[in-house]
Formats: sequence, structure tokens, C-alpha cells
Amino acid sequence: MSEAHFEANGGNVAVFDTHPSEVIAAESPLHWSRERGLVDDVAGHDGDVKVVERPFLGHLILRGGAITLDEAVRAELGISLPGKPLGLNVDADGSRSVQWLSPDEWLVIVPGGEEFELENRLREHLGDAHFAIVNVSGGQTLVELSGDKARELLMKSVTYDVHSHGLPVGKAVGTVFAKTSVVLRRPNETGFELVIRRSFADYCVRWLLDAGREYGLRVESPSSR
Amino acid sequence: MFYIFCPYCDERREEEEFHPSGQAHLVRPTDPESVSDEAWGDYLFFRDNPRGIHHEMWVHRLGCRKFFNITRDTTTYEILETYPMGEQPTITAETARVRREQGVQTADGGWQTVGAQPENSTLNEETSS
Amino acid sequence: MTQPNRLNQGGRLDRSRRLSFTFNGQQYTGFAGDTLASALLANGVDIVNRSFKYSRPRGITAAGPEEPNAIMQLGASEAAQVPNVRATQQALYDGLVARSTNGWPSVQRDVMSWVGRLGGHLMPPGFYYKTFMAPASMWMTYEKWIRKGAGLGRSPAEADPDIYDHLNQHCDVLVIGAGPAGLTAALSAARAGARVILCDEQEEMGGSLLDSRESIDDAPAAAWAEQTVAELAGMDNVTLLPRTTANGYHDHNFVTLHERRTEHLADTAAAAGRDGEVRSRLHRVRAERVVLASGSHERPLVYANNDVPGNMVAGAISVYLRRYGVAPGQKLVLSTNNDHAYRAALDWKEAGREVVAVVDSRANPDGDLVKQVRDSGIRVVTGSAVMEASGSQRVTGARVVAIDTERFVVTGKVETLACDTIASSGGYSPVVHLASHTGKRPQWRDDLLGFVPGEVKSMHFAGGVQGVYALGETLADGGRAGAEAARAAGFAQAEAITLPSVEARHESPASALYQVPHEKTTLRAPKQFVDLQNDVTAAAVELATREGFESIEHVKRYTALGFGTDQGKLGNINGMAIAARCLHRAIPDVGTTVFRPNYTPVSFGAIVGRHCGELFDPERYTALHQWHVENGAEFEDVGQWKRPWYYPRKTGGKTESLHDAVARECLAVREKVGILDASTLGKIDIQGPDAREFLGRVYTNKWAKLAPGRVRYGLMCKDDGMLMDDGTTSCLGDNHFLMTTTTGGAATVLEWLELWHQTEWPELQVYFNSVTDHWATMTVTGPEARKLMSEVTDIDLDREQFKFMDWKQGNVAGVPARVFRISFTGELAFEINVQANYALHVWKTLFAHGEKYELTPYGTETMHVLRAEKGLIIAGQDTDGSVTPEDLGMHWAVGYDKPFSWIGKRALTRPDTARTDRKQLVGLKPKDPKVVLEEGAQIVLDPAEAIPMTMMGHVTSSYYSPVLKSGFALAVLKGGRDRMGETVYLPMADGTTHEAEVVSTVFVDPKGERQNV
Ligand SMILES: [Zn+2]
Repeated sequence: MSEAHFEANGGNVAVFDTHPSEVIAAESPLHWSRERGLVDDVAGHDGDVKVVERPFLGHLILRGGAITLDEAVRAELGISLPGKPLGLNVDADGSRSVQWLSPDEWLVIVPGGEEFELENRLREHLGDAHFAIVNVSGGQTLVELSGDKARELLMKSVTYDVHSHGLPVGKAVGTVFAKTSVVLRRPNETGFELVIRRSFADYCVRWLLDAGREYGLRVESPSSR
Repeated sequence: MFYIFCPYCDERREEEEFHPSGQAHLVRPTDPESVSDEAWGDYLFFRDNPRGIHHEMWVHRLGCRKFFNITRDTTTYEILETYPMGEQPTITAETARVRREQGVQTADGGWQTVGAQPENSTLNEETSS
Repeated sequence: MTQPNRLNQGGRLDRSRRLSFTFNGQQYTGFAGDTLASALLANGVDIVNRSFKYSRPRGITAAGPEEPNAIMQLGASEAAQVPNVRATQQALYDGLVARSTNGWPSVQRDVMSWVGRLGGHLMPPGFYYKTFMAPASMWMTYEKWIRKGAGLGRSPAEADPDIYDHLNQHCDVLVIGAGPAGLTAALSAARAGARVILCDEQEEMGGSLLDSRESIDDAPAAAWAEQTVAELAGMDNVTLLPRTTANGYHDHNFVTLHERRTEHLADTAAAAGRDGEVRSRLHRVRAERVVLASGSHERPLVYANNDVPGNMVAGAISVYLRRYGVAPGQKLVLSTNNDHAYRAALDWKEAGREVVAVVDSRANPDGDLVKQVRDSGIRVVTGSAVMEASGSQRVTGARVVAIDTERFVVTGKVETLACDTIASSGGYSPVVHLASHTGKRPQWRDDLLGFVPGEVKSMHFAGGVQGVYALGETLADGGRAGAEAARAAGFAQAEAITLPSVEARHESPASALYQVPHEKTTLRAPKQFVDLQNDVTAAAVELATREGFESIEHVKRYTALGFGTDQGKLGNINGMAIAARCLHRAIPDVGTTVFRPNYTPVSFGAIVGRHCGELFDPERYTALHQWHVENGAEFEDVGQWKRPWYYPRKTGGKTESLHDAVARECLAVREKVGILDASTLGKIDIQGPDAREFLGRVYTNKWAKLAPGRVRYGLMCKDDGMLMDDGTTSCLGDNHFLMTTTTGGAATVLEWLELWHQTEWPELQVYFNSVTDHWATMTVTGPEARKLMSEVTDIDLDREQFKFMDWKQGNVAGVPARVFRISFTGELAFEINVQANYALHVWKTLFAHGEKYELTPYGTETMHVLRAEKGLIIAGQDTDGSVTPEDLGMHWAVGYDKPFSWIGKRALTRPDTARTDRKQLVGLKPKDPKVVLEEGAQIVLDPAEAIPMTMMGHVTSSYYSPVLKSGFALAVLKGGRDRMGETVYLPMADGTTHEAEVVSTVFVDPKGERQNV
């Protein structure tokens, strides 16, 4: 197992790679919903609206001052920290992103498996600065919403204004979803993303399926890692 | 259902994202051990309940998780301003009374003024969002 | 069946579509485009209900939501029952089944009518008031009688097959009402680019334009309405919501709109061929600006027998004639105090029916409409009013008399005019309801003889709602309001649309007339109804003022005026005017009532939306949920979490009981090894150079010297010294800690830490983040735990290398893990944390290796028994916000000598907190080992003491222990620690009394050796 202890301000922080070195089956937060037949394999089908999970991504929470973190994130990830509240910056191919969560908190999402190495590089880069990095990859998952009815589906689910006036491309908000909370993101013109907590994932799936029944909604997830 | 301006998210959000945390500007005595039992009891248990201008602390629980303050009129439920922790209100019961006496409305044209500063500029200046 | 009152032509109907419906079991037909009310009138149905209190026959009075009588129970099947539907608002559909809400057993002939003949002796004015003042038992007696007799509608006894939902909307300008003012407002705002929502409660948008006699741009007003609605419908930035009532106006421009989506088509969505579609929808609208263009309701006049079927408000006559092609009678007498009502006489005459007379309370009315009526040869009687209607089941005549409104007397001889319909108009009441929902009081306007809305922030008023009635002015007012609203919402260029041309009309001013004076006194005259729905008469209002009720708010409560679903739409102002007259005051001086949401009834389905059934509340699952389900776990709700409660074994078709399963699981842990899914425990990652200092301030015990690799149990208090939460915190590195909280305390504790950091100690360099969902947690515990663990991990488990309260990092089942040697059972225990995506693999691997050790999964019930046997508390079960660490006997976890005055410390020396007779945590051992005391049972010292007994404390946790072979309990008891060995008593509700001995809280392994093996 790879692990690391970082000296900072005379103390240290202990982190380790949570992924096993051997191949071991993993279950995304949508696993239980899939077991019950609520989630299908990705089929590439196009209805009025579609929800697709992007499981097993690397999710890191960055805490610290914007100026401090910005330089490190740009250097190590090639994306600048969103300058304004509720900003979402996505790289060219859409696979890595940095999102404002609060004045001292950002969410970084990268392809699965990159997160530990990225955390190490960021920690090295940041050195003695006061910051925190927390790996939350097992605790949440990303789902994409697309299709003509995606906006209406969201209007049934979140109180936030999901019209492009309220949620233009490049914006992301933490908000109420049905009776739980999600991070709602608008990474591009074609759709929306939700970051949902593992323990609430099945509730969110059931809510979406119910709200999307009239649009023929399907929830899909890749069948294996 | 309030529509509350979060000074950190820099926009208005539905009340259900927030949670009230009681009276604003309470300060824990820095040396509790030297405070009398009575004074400590006051700090623990006694709160203002004014009719009219009130300063409350809220937390953007399901958004940015930050605490901030609200100046609210408890009779109209109007939120007159919201401001980050560490800052002082620009509208108080005193200034509101002066405004009323001078026939000047507070924060007309919206519900909340934003970006409240420790030093208020002029009393009669209309600040609206 | 013919439709005797249907005109041969006219109306906005599709006469090619005949619809059949039943009312009170009788079959009728109507046309597409009818409301239930217009169809009933077309069929000559006079009586639609019995009145609430006096059981008098009642007919349709109005044409809109203000209708007080035609309140129906709909539904062809039990599941589709809907109460409280106004026939005037219900579109007719084929197969509609309606019944009168009141009027058991029949509206025509009613066993309750003797109540009415006795003059309401059973329910005099002040009935509610006096009943509530009387002993509650009286209300119970009355209530059964009222419900049976009056019938307030009923809910279905079967599940509703339809679904309902919510839609969250945001807009720049919400326009409420699509009459002339609403249409020009919406168009003005929309053309400026604002996001506009236009809602209207009727089937068709257009409001008064749909029954107007006037022309716009030289075409019928209704044509202009159609054309405007079509333009709006074609705009991307406009959402049109017909059949949608704005029911509630809430703080900060939050408006709830109730849209009926299939209710106009059939009983259920499925019956309409739209299975699965939403029957009705609640739009939750957050609007930058609201334009209230809700118009006005015409007030009827108050005169004797004004409730007999055939009495209607004048405007409704025009609506039924012009919009629905229905003439609700043959011979009309119109009684009015204003010009506008004259159009009813013209419409009536043009329909080929006879207008017997127009009776006008004014001496010299001379407006254009008045002239038109006179020119058409209709008799106009001035300075007079209809004093009394004749007839009982239907109007047979109008008794007309000259009146002096100043002195409130009749001044001439009564003339009786034979007629079957009396239309009355006492002027117009702006529909101010929504403007007063947030508490703003309406303002009286003498010139309008009505209340207009008080100033409401961010709300604009247009048209009739602020007393602008003439068509041209209404259109202009809407344009102005729409443009103003759009500008205020940020569309600086917004301007009122160029207005269409409308012919101006001269109107003579209305005179004030509410109650028509009668030749007898109000108390002796036949009943003059003010509020038809609640059966409130002028006499009742007068009586209220005599009994000393001087404010309309009090009169309202005394008489029930404006109660319930009516909300005073027709009667409020008449009631106030009568009270004002009796009190010799001006109307505004008796006050006004504010209205509450909802404006009209909203089905519970729409309020609930999809938050019902399995979506009622979120269910949170751990990463191991599938395994629990597959292995037959019974689940317990812990907050929103579903946690395995116990795992009953099924053998030979028999399922193990809770008691047996828990006994088996407990013994497995004490004798072999058990495993618990502890993933729900809150986990908070804490990083920063001041993390340790911060922990020292929020926990009662010391953290300065906890080394990396070590774990410590901590107590967290509020500043009042009362225990808030507890848990273990591990030092991962000098600047890095992992805090655990109780399952229920996870969110609270995180916010608590943030609160202190953000508001009191922002200078401390530390960050907190939830990792509850990131880590799955499994507890392997029992004497065989080490053996089992050694098979699946590369961590050195040697007891000297890996001590109690140490944590280590390594692989478990090939998955990187942190393993903690902490115990909540008193046995040797390893708590494993792995990234949740790998949890199922690790758990299954443990079982693959655990078979030979009889690895047993256990649930929360066993966890509770095991921890209670060890005297380990659960915050929130054994504590309730009034228990200090000292009360729990946990002074070992309180660092009084820490340099910082940590949260809760100061309060512990306050006199009340330092009392020695506080309730303290003790163990209780029932004298009868078979007894399991009830949690919450009160403790007394003297079982013979008379009630009320001196209560000394109560049981907080109680279980049966398979190890002790006895019941045992934890309890809080006054001065409990000094009562060891004493006998206490627990009197039960059934009269029995249990005896128990006060003992130590630790029942098993008092020296704590088992967890250190
Ligand atoms: Zn915020």
C-alpha cells in the first residue's frame, strides 16, 4: 500500500491510497439500486432525458485560501481555481474539474485512481501553507443528466433556478434536492451533473425515476469498472 | 418561506437551504472563569426578542456551510441586510427609527441590501439590491 | 334529457360535444365548455345544496370561486372522491358524478329542515364561540351532530390512484389573473424580455373579457383576449398556466399556484386516458415581482330571503348568458346601487327573456348603461331596492320598496313584482386576498366603497383589485403595472404596450348600499343572509354587536362570518357594513380581516406532491445494505438510516424472535466473534496545526498529548455543561485527526465545530470535513476476533504491538484500511475502515474466513445490550440535554485543569449544575430477573405514597441480558451514586409495581479485562 506522511507546520498528516493494489470488485453508490433493477447498463439509448452515473471517480475536497490553492491547482492539475463563488472550471476534455463550494472549500473531480497521486503532488506543492485535502471518493458519486426534459426533471427536484439565467454553464451550487441535498453542476450546454452522497444515492435514484417516468427516464451505469 | 441572500454564495437562496442559529453578535466571555454565575447564566440562556429590527445568525447549512448574520424586521419578516461574520449591521433599531422619523424607507425595491460594511456611509443613502 | 334553460345560440361552448353527468343520482347532459354550475343551471336545477346551519334550500349564486352554495362532492368511485369542489370552478366532463356536500339525505326534502324551522335554536349566533367556551365535552356532542347533519364533505376511504407533484419555478414577473389587466401586464413585461408566468384560475384565459358587452379595437372583447393569449403562448419567455389558482402568497414573493391538469377531463387521469399523468400540480414560484390582477367579486345585496334559489349576483347572470348560453330563469328583477350591473338586464333581454324591472337605490342614475336600459323599454325604479324575495324553493317574486339609506328605513309602500330570478349588485369587492396573506391589511376607499390592498413590497396591483373597473382604464393599468414590474425586475427598457382602442363610457357613481332596510327590524324580518356558506345573517351580526363584540375580528369569531373555505369572499364587507351601522361607526373603523392561505381549497395530494409512499423520507443505506437484505436482517430506523436491527434465523419455516436472535447474537460476541456494520457513525476529518487545540476546547477531556497512532474517547458538552455527543477521536498525525460521532449526531457535531470555528475562534488553523460516507466501518468483536483478523490482514495484531486504543494502517482482505482497537462491547474488538466502494468485498471475505469461528452478524439491538451491560452510554438515549458528565459519573473524562476554559466547563460550577442531588446514572437490577423494566418508567422510593408520587428519576435503557440471565437497566436517579444497594420502585400504568436494586452501571466484566486481551 502506498502511504504518505507530510510534514507541515511542524506536524504531520497521514494519508494513504485507498485503492487496493490487486484487482478487487468495487461497488459504486448506485450498486444497491442496480441490484434491484432500478439502474441499467449504459446502453446509449436516447430518451427525453437520461441519467448516467460516472462511478469510481476521484473526489477531493480542498480547503484553504484561494490564492494559495490556486497556484498549486494550476500547477498540478492545469486548471485554475474558480475565481468567483459558485464557479466550476472544467478541463478541455471534461474529465477533470474544480468547483467552488465555499470561500475556503473546493471540490476537485478527476478520473478514478488519479486522486491519491494528485493529493500527494498538491501537498508537496503547498508545503507549509495552511490547507487541508480530504479524499471523499468513496462517499459520493457523479451522475449526468441530459436530454430535452432534463431541466424540467430538475424543476421537480430542486428549488434552485435551473434556467440558464440561474445556472449558466460554468456554475455549480450546493442545494436541496427533494428531501436531501446535492451538488448541482452545469459543466456544459448539453446537460447537468449531480454529485450525490453515497448513503442517499438510492433515494435520489428512486426520486429521479419517479419524477422522470413521464419522460421515459432511465438511470444507467457502466456494468463494471 | 424566506429568500435569503448568502453573503458567501453571493446570491439569494431558498430558506430550506438555511438554518437559523439564534441571536447574532453574542460573544463568549474570553475568561469564563472570572465571570459571575449570574453573568454566565445570562450568556447561556437570555436572548433578545424585539418587535422590529433584530439581528440573527443563520447558517447556509445545505450550501456553503458558512454562518452569517441577518438584519430582519420581526414584524414584516423583511430581511433588510445580510452580512458575513465579523461585520456589524448597517441597519439597527436606532437607525431604523431615525429613518422612519425622517420618512425614508429602508431598502426599498428589494428585500435585502448586500455587502454591509462595518462603517455605514450616510444614513439616508438608499442601498438596494 | 333536454336543457330547458339553454339558449339556442351563444356561449363559448362546443355544442357538438354533448357530455352526460349525474348530480345527486340524476342524469343530465351539458356541452363541452360548460362548468358543472352552468350545466346544472342549463338543466333547470334550482336547488344544489342545503345550508350549513338552517338547512335551507340553496341554489347557484355566483359564477366563480366566490360561489358559497354549490359546493360539491365529486367522484364516480370511492377512490376518486374529492370534497369541497365549487361547481362554478369545475369543468364539465363526460361521466362526471357530483353530489351535494350538505343535504343528507336529500337536498329536496331534508330531515334537518326542522332545525331551520325552529329558527336555528340548536345553533344560535355565537354557537362556536359559546361552544368553545363551554366544557369540551359539549363540543364533542355538538360536533357529531353537525358533521352528520351538515356534512362538510368527506375524504375518500380508498387510496387515490392519481399522482400529484410539485414544480419549482422562478420568474421575473408573475402575473396573477388573465383578465384585461393581467393580459396587458403580462404582455408588457414579456415584450421587454422578462421571464413571465401568467396564471388564471379559469378554464379559459380572458377573465371578464369573455362575457363583456364591450369592444376592443372594434371587435368583441373576447376576440382580443384570444388574440393576446395566442401571442403570449408563442413567446419563449412566457409560461401560461390556465386552470391554475394562485392560492398562497408567502414571504419574499413566494407564491404557490395550484394547477389542475386532468381534473377537468375525468375522475382520474387514467379515466381520461392519461394514465400516470399528474392530476394536479403545485407550482412553487419564486418571483422577482408579482402583478396581482385578481379583479373583483361582485357583492350581493343583503335583503330578506336573499338565499332562496333564484337569487344571484348580477354579474353571474351575464356570465351564464354570454359565456355558457344559459338563462337561469324567465323573469328578472335587478336590484342595484351601480351602473355596471345594468348589463345583466341588457343581456337578459337580448336572450329573449323578460326583465320585469331594474330597481336602483340611487335617485338619479344617468350613466350610459342606464340610458341604454331605459331606451330598451325596461322599467327602472329609482330610490328603491328589493327588500325581500318571495318563495321558498325558488323565487316567485320580489318585494320592492323605496328606501332611505341614510336613515336605514323604508319610505314607501311595498310593491311585489312577480319574477323567478332576482339579480343583485351592491358594488364590487377587489379580490385583495393574496395581498393580505403576509399580514398587510387592506385599506378602505370611500370612493370605491371597498377595500384595496395595502402596500406589499415587490407586488404591483393592476385593474379591478385596486378599484380600476372601466375597461379602457383596466387595460391601461395592467400595461403600467406590467412594465413597472419588469423594470423593477431589471428590464429597464420595459414599457406599457400600446393600448387597443376602447370606447369610453359614462358611469354615474355608485351609492353605498349593503343591507337593504326592511319594514320590520332586522331581528324580526325574514332572514337576511350575509354569509351564505356559513349561514350568517344580518341579525346575527347585529346580535354580536349588542353582545359587545365591537371589532370585526371578534364578530367574525362570534358568528363564523367568513370562516372556512369561504374566506369572506361575498359576505365580508356586507358583514362589516352591518356591524359598522349597528355601532354607528365608519366601515374602516370596525377593522378589516386579513385573509389566510389558501384562497380556495387545495387537495392534500397537491400539497404533498411526490413526497409520499416510499419517497416520503429519504432512506439512507450503508455500502453493505445488500448483504443485510440478502441475509434476512430486520431493519431499524436510526434517523434516516436503515440499520440492521437483528438477523433472525429461519429454520424449518420458523423465524427466530427478536428476543431469541438477540440472545444468540449477544452470546456469539461474548463467546466467539460477531460483526457489526458501524458505517453510520459520523466521521469527521480534522486537519490543521491547531486541530489539537481545537479538540481540547470542544471536548471535556485532554488532547494535548495524544500521540499519532492512538485513539481517545471524548465527551462533548454544550456551553451549559450538558452532554451533547460522544465518540472516539484518533490521532492520525500531529495535525490530523479522525473524529467519530454518534449516528444521529454526525451533522450536528460537524456544524457545531464549524460554528465555534467560524464565530469564536476563526484564528485557529483547522478544517473539518465529513467523511462519513467515504469510509465503511465494520466492527469485528469477541474473543475470537484476533484469530479471524489475523487471517485477513497484514497488520501485526500482537497485543503488545497493537494495544487497546491504538489504530494501525494496513490491508484487510487486500483492501487498504485503517483498523482501530476500540470497543463498544467490552470484548476484544477491531473496527475496520475501508473506502466504501470496497466494503462489500471486505465484509464477504471476513465471512469466508469467519465460518470456523462462527462469525455472527449482529444488529443494533444486540449492540445496545452489549454496551449497556458495560455501562456505556448512548448520547441521546441515556442523556437528554439535561445530563452533565458528572451526572454520568464520567469525571475521569473531564479535564478541569486544561488551560483553555473548554465548552461547558464554566457551567459545571454553576450552583444548579453542581448540586449533589442531581439525577445520576446508575444501574438497576430488577428483583425479579424475568422483568425487563420499561424504558421511561418513573422511579419512586415509596411505593405506598399517594399520587402524585415523588418521582426520583427514570429508566433510560433496559434490556434482557442472556449473560446475566436477567433483565437489567440503566437509569438516572436523584443522588443515585449514594443509593447503591437501595431498593427503588417502578409503578406501572397497569397498577403493578416493579422492585429493583440500585447497582453499578457496569454489569459485565467490571474490571474491563476482556477488551484488553
Ligand atoms: Zn452560502
